[in-house]
Amino acid sequence: MKKAFDPIRNYQETIKKAGYVPRKEASQEDYDRIGFMSGLEVHQQLLTKRKLFCHCPAGVYNSDDDYDAEILRHMRPTLSELGEYDGTALMEFKTRKNITYRLNNDSACTYDVDDTPPFIINKEALEIALEISMLSKLNIVGEVHITRKQYLDGSIPAGFQRTAILGVEGVVPISNKDIRLIQLSIEEDSCREISDIGHERVYKTDRLGMPLIETVTYPDCVNPDEVKETCDYIRFLNRSTDKVRTGMGAARQDVNVSCKGGSRVEIKGVAHTKWIPELTHNEAFRQWSLLLIRDELNKQFKSKDEWKMDYTRLEYDAFSINHPPIKLAKANGDHLYVVKLPGFNGILSHFTQPGKCFADEIADRLKVIACIEKPNMVHTEMAKPVITGADLEIISSIMITDQEKDALVIFWAPKDDVKTALETIEERCQMAFDGVPEETRKSFEDGSTIFERVLPGADRMYPDTDSAPIPLSNEYIDTLGNQLPIDVSERFKQLRDWKIPADTYQYILRKNLVPVIEDIIESLDYTPQYIGTFIGQTLKYVEGHFKQAIDFNYSQLTSMFRFIQEEKLEKEIAKWMLSHLYEHPNMDFQSILETIKFKRSTEEAIMKNVPLLIEKYKKEGRKQCKTAEKDWIAGQLRKQAIGNMNMKTLANNIEALNK
Amino acid sequence: MSEDLFQGYKGEALDLLKKYHVRVWGHAVINTTRGKFEGTVLPRSENDDDKHIVLKIITGYNVGVDVSTVQDMKEAGYKKANYAIPEKEFPYTENLPHVKLFGTGGTIASRLDYRTGAVIPAFSPGELYGAVPELADICNLDTEKVFAVFSENMGPKQYMSLAKAIGKEIENGIDGIVIGHGTDTLHHTGAALTFMCQNLPVPVILVGSQRSSDRPSSDAALNLMHAMKAAAESDIAEVQVCMFGPTSDEYGLLHKGTRVRKMHSSYRSTFRTIGDTPLAMISRTKITPIKKIYNKRRSDKNVVIKPYFEDKVTMLYYYPGMSADILDSMVDLGYKGIIIIGTGLGHVNKELYPAIERAQKKGVHMFMTLQTIWGYVQMFVYDTGRDMMAKGIIPLGNMLPEVAFIKLGWVLGQTNDHEEVKAMMLEPINDEITEREPYNGYLVYQGGVPEVEEFIKKVHK
Repeated sequence: MKKAFDPIRNYQETIKKAGYVPRKEASQEDYDRIGFMSGLEVHQQLLTKRKLFCHCPAGVYNSDDDYDAEILRHMRPTLSELGEYDGTALMEFKTRKNITYRLNNDSACTYDVDDTPPFIINKEALEIALEISMLSKLNIVGEVHITRKQYLDGSIPAGFQRTAILGVEGVVPISNKDIRLIQLSIEEDSCREISDIGHERVYKTDRLGMPLIETVTYPDCVNPDEVKETCDYIRFLNRSTDKVRTGMGAARQDVNVSCKGGSRVEIKGVAHTKWIPELTHNEAFRQWSLLLIRDELNKQFKSKDEWKMDYTRLEYDAFSINHPPIKLAKANGDHLYVVKLPGFNGILSHFTQPGKCFADEIADRLKVIACIEKPNMVHTEMAKPVITGADLEIISSIMITDQEKDALVIFWAPKDDVKTALETIEERCQMAFDGVPEETRKSFEDGSTIFERVLPGADRMYPDTDSAPIPLSNEYIDTLGNQLPIDVSERFKQLRDWKIPADTYQYILRKNLVPVIEDIIESLDYTPQYIGTFIGQTLKYVEGHFKQAIDFNYSQLTSMFRFIQEEKLEKEIAKWMLSHLYEHPNMDFQSILETIKFKRSTEEAIMKNVPLLIEKYKKEGRKQCKTAEKDWIAGQLRKQAIGNMNMKTLANNIEALNK
Repeated sequence: MSEDLFQGYKGEALDLLKKYHVRVWGHAVINTTRGKFEGTVLPRSENDDDKHIVLKIITGYNVGVDVSTVQDMKEAGYKKANYAIPEKEFPYTENLPHVKLFGTGGTIASRLDYRTGAVIPAFSPGELYGAVPELADICNLDTEKVFAVFSENMGPKQYMSLAKAIGKEIENGIDGIVIGHGTDTLHHTGAALTFMCQNLPVPVILVGSQRSSDRPSSDAALNLMHAMKAAAESDIAEVQVCMFGPTSDEYGLLHKGTRVRKMHSSYRSTFRTIGDTPLAMISRTKITPIKKIYNKRRSDKNVVIKPYFEDKVTMLYYYPGMSADILDSMVDLGYKGIIIIGTGLGHVNKELYPAIERAQKKGVHMFMTLQTIWGYVQMFVYDTGRDMMAKGIIPLGNMLPEVAFIKLGWVLGQTNDHEEVKAMMLEPINDEITEREPYNGYLVYQGGVPEVEEFIKKVHK
C-alpha cells in the first residue's frame, strides 16, 4: 500500500534542505552560503510647521472617526514618462478597490485630495532635507525636479506622490565598512490606513502631505546586523540636525533583501530597527527556499508554459466538509472552486518562513489581489487536513488527480472575485518556476512577512507638470553647508574618547544628546565621562520610568548641574533630582532638594556618626566581617551623605576609621 | 527637416551638450564639481532656463545638473523613449449603439509635452480603448479629431465647424455624439452648439476632465464612460455637459449647455447648473432624470444646423468707478454688440451714461447680465435701471453672461436689425432664459454652519 503523504514531515525535511538556522545560531558562513544581500530605504519626517506642498499644519493628528467629510476615489494605471505601465499599478487596478478618504478640516485641505494644484514647495523642509543630504555626503543636484511617483494602493488620493531627488551617490560609515547611498529624496508622506476589508479601503488624511525624506542605500550589507547598524547610523544622522520629527511613526524604514539567485524584495514599514535582523534573516531564507521549489518544479516540467492548472466549480451540497470557514462561505453565497496544481505535491507544504509554507504565499495573494478575506482557501497539504476521506474521493472524481504528484487548492470567493482569484493562483504558481517574485512585503514583530504588493519599478515615475524646477545655486548650497552639525561618525569617536560605556551610544545618538553633554562640560566642571554616563544611563532610566512634562527640555540638565556646582553639592545628588526635574521642570532646584528631603551637612558631621555605628554593628550585625560591616555603615549614612560628600570618600573614610 | 537632437535646450546648456556630443535621449555620464551624475538626457521645457541639463537617473527620478558645475561629460548610450498609450483596436459589438467622439483637445486624453512641460492632447479610438477598455461595453465608437486646441483657444470658428460636423454625423444616422473638450470654456461651447444645432434628434454630450488622464486619480475615464453612456442610451436629445457631480468617483451630472458654468478652478465637481437643476444624474449603471421636461430622442434626422457667428461682439465687466472711455473704445473699435455684466440687479454708474448714449446712436446692441451669476436682471427697481433701459440697454433675464455673449455673436451673425436682434436674444432656444427659478436652483452652502457640516460629513463631496 502506498504511504500517505505527510505534510508535517515534508515541512521539516524542507527546512533541513534549505539549511535554515535560527538567527541566533547563524554565522557569517551561513549568510555567505545563501548570498545574503540587503539595503535600506530610511524614511524620516521633517520638523516643519506646514505640509510640503500646501499650507496645512504638519503634525496635527486625528483619531479614526474624527473627520468632517469623506470622499471616494478609484485609481487607474497610467503610463510612465517613458511610455510603460508599472506592474504594481496593474495589480492594484485588478483589486477594484473603493478607496474612501476621511478629511478633517484641521489637518487637510483640497490640495490633499488633489482638488487644488500644489503650492510652491515648503522652503523650510527643502533646507532641512538639503542639510541631511550634505551630511550624507551626497552629490547635490543642480536643479530639483518634482516627480510624480504612482501609488495606486490609494495611500495618496492623487494616485501619485510628489517627490524629488536632492542628492545622489553618498556614503555612510558603519563600524567595519562604508555603506554607499544611492540617493536622497524629499517627498510627501502618505495617508494612514484605517481599514482594508474586501473591496473597501479607508484612509485618513492627517499625515498626508507632511514633509518626509527617504535615504536609499545600495545593497551593501552582508548580514542582518550590518543592516541594523546602517539603519541606526542613518537615523542618528537625521536626528543630529535636531530638525526632524521624533516619536511613533516619525522614522520608518523599508528593507530590501535578496539572496543569491533571488530577487529584490522590499519589507515595508519596519517601525523599529531592532526588528530588522530577524526580518532580513527570515526573508533571505524564504528566498532560498523558493529557489529550491523552483528547482523542484523545473525538474518536473520542461518549462512553465508546459504547466497548466485545472479548476472547476464545486457544489457545497456534494460534500460533508464541516470546516467552519467553508460553511460560512456557503452562507455568504460565495462560490466554491477546486484548483488542481499539477506537480505541486510537496510544494504547498514546503517551508518558506518559520511557521509558514508555500500555500501561504497563495493565500496572501488571494487576500491582497482578489480581496478575499482570510481564511480563503484550504488545500491537500495542511498540517490538520480539512479535505479527507470521502470528500477527497468525490473531488478526485470531479477533478482527476494524481495524488502522488498533484496538489489541490479549494477556495471560496464572491462571484465577481472568482476570475481574479483564479488568475492570482495561476500567476503565483507560474512565478514559482522562476524563483522569487519581486514584491513588497508587510512585516510583523515576530520576524515574519506577508505579501503586500508587486514591487514597483522606475516605470511609475512621471514629471510633475504642475511645478517648475527649483535651481540650487552654489552660493545657496555653501550657505547651508556652513550650518551643518558635526558628523555622526565624529560623535561616535567623541563618545569613545570620553570613555563612555558603549551600550549607551545608541540612546545618546538616537536622542541627539552629545550637544547636551558638550554644553554641560564646556560651561561646568564635570568630566565628559561622568556626564555622558549619567545621560546614557540615568536619563535613559528616568525617561523609561517617569512621565515627561511637556515643557521639559534637555538644556535644563545644564541648569541642574550648574545649580549643583554653584551650591557646592556632590554630583551624586543629580541622580536623585533628575526624575523630579523631568516631571516638574518648572520647580526650582531648591524645592526639588526639599522634595527629596535633602539636608545640608558636612563631611565632618557625617563621619562623626561612624564610631557609634561601628558599636551598633558589633552588637547587632548579622555577619561579623569587615566588608559586611563597612557596607552596612555606608548604607546607614548614605542618605545623609548624598549631595554632601563623595560616596567613594565616604567608603574610604569608613574603612579608615574601622581598621 | 532634420531631427532636433537637443529638444528645448538653448544658450549655455545647448553649447555644452554640443561640445561633448551628448544628445537628448543619450545616456550621459557627467562629472561636476558636486560629484558624478549619470542618466538619460531628457528634453527641456522651453520656458525653463539655459543653465541646467535634465537627467532621468536609473531610479526613474529626474534631476537637473547645473552647467556651471560641469567638468566633463560623455554619451555612453542612446535610447529614445516611445511614449504611446497602448493602442488596441476598438472592438465592434453587435446591437450596441453607435457613438461618434469628436476630439478637440484638452485634458480628456493627453500626454506629456516636453516643449512646454505641460500635457498635450492625444487621441484615437485605439488609444482610448487602451486607456479605458470599459468603453467597449457601452457603445461602438468611432472618433474624429476635428482639431486639437486647448480649451482657451476654442472660438467661433471651432464652434461652427463642430456644428457642421454634428450635422453630418446625424445625417449619417449616428445614435449619439460625444465631444472631448478642455474644461475652461466647455460651457461657452455648450451654449454655442445649443444655438447652432437646433431640433437635435440625438444627445450631444460635451465632456472634459479636471485632472489630466496621466494621473491615476484622473476623472477622465469615468467622465468618458458617463458621456458615452449618455450619448448611447440617454433619452435627452440636447447639447449637454457631462462632468462629475461630487468630487468623489461616484456619479456625473448632465447639464444643459445653456445653463452650465465652471465654478471652481480645480475641483472635479466644478460644473454646476445655475438657476435650475441639472437634467439628470448619470452613473456607470443608470441614468436618473431630474428634469421632467426635455427634448426627447427621435429617430428622424431633422436637425437644423445654423453655423453663424459675428466676431465683433464683446463683454464689459463693470466695476465701481469705471470711466466711460472703455465703452467708447469698444464702440470706436467697431464692436457691434456688447454684453454688459452689471452689479446687483443690473447696474452701472451714471458716468457711463454719455458713452452708452453714444453707443446707442452708433447702433451698438447692448444687453445687461449679472455679476451675481444667480438671479434675474431687474432694471425697474431703481432709477438707474430705468435710465439705462431708456438708453437702449436690454435686460436678459437670468441668462448667464457667457451664454449671452455667445448668443449675441450667433444672432449678429444672422442679422443686424435691432428689433430682430432683440427678439432673438429674448426668445429662449433652450432655457438660456427660464421663466422661473426653482427653490433648489440656487444652492451655495456655507461651510461651518452646523447643518451644512452634518450634511458634508454624511454625503460624499
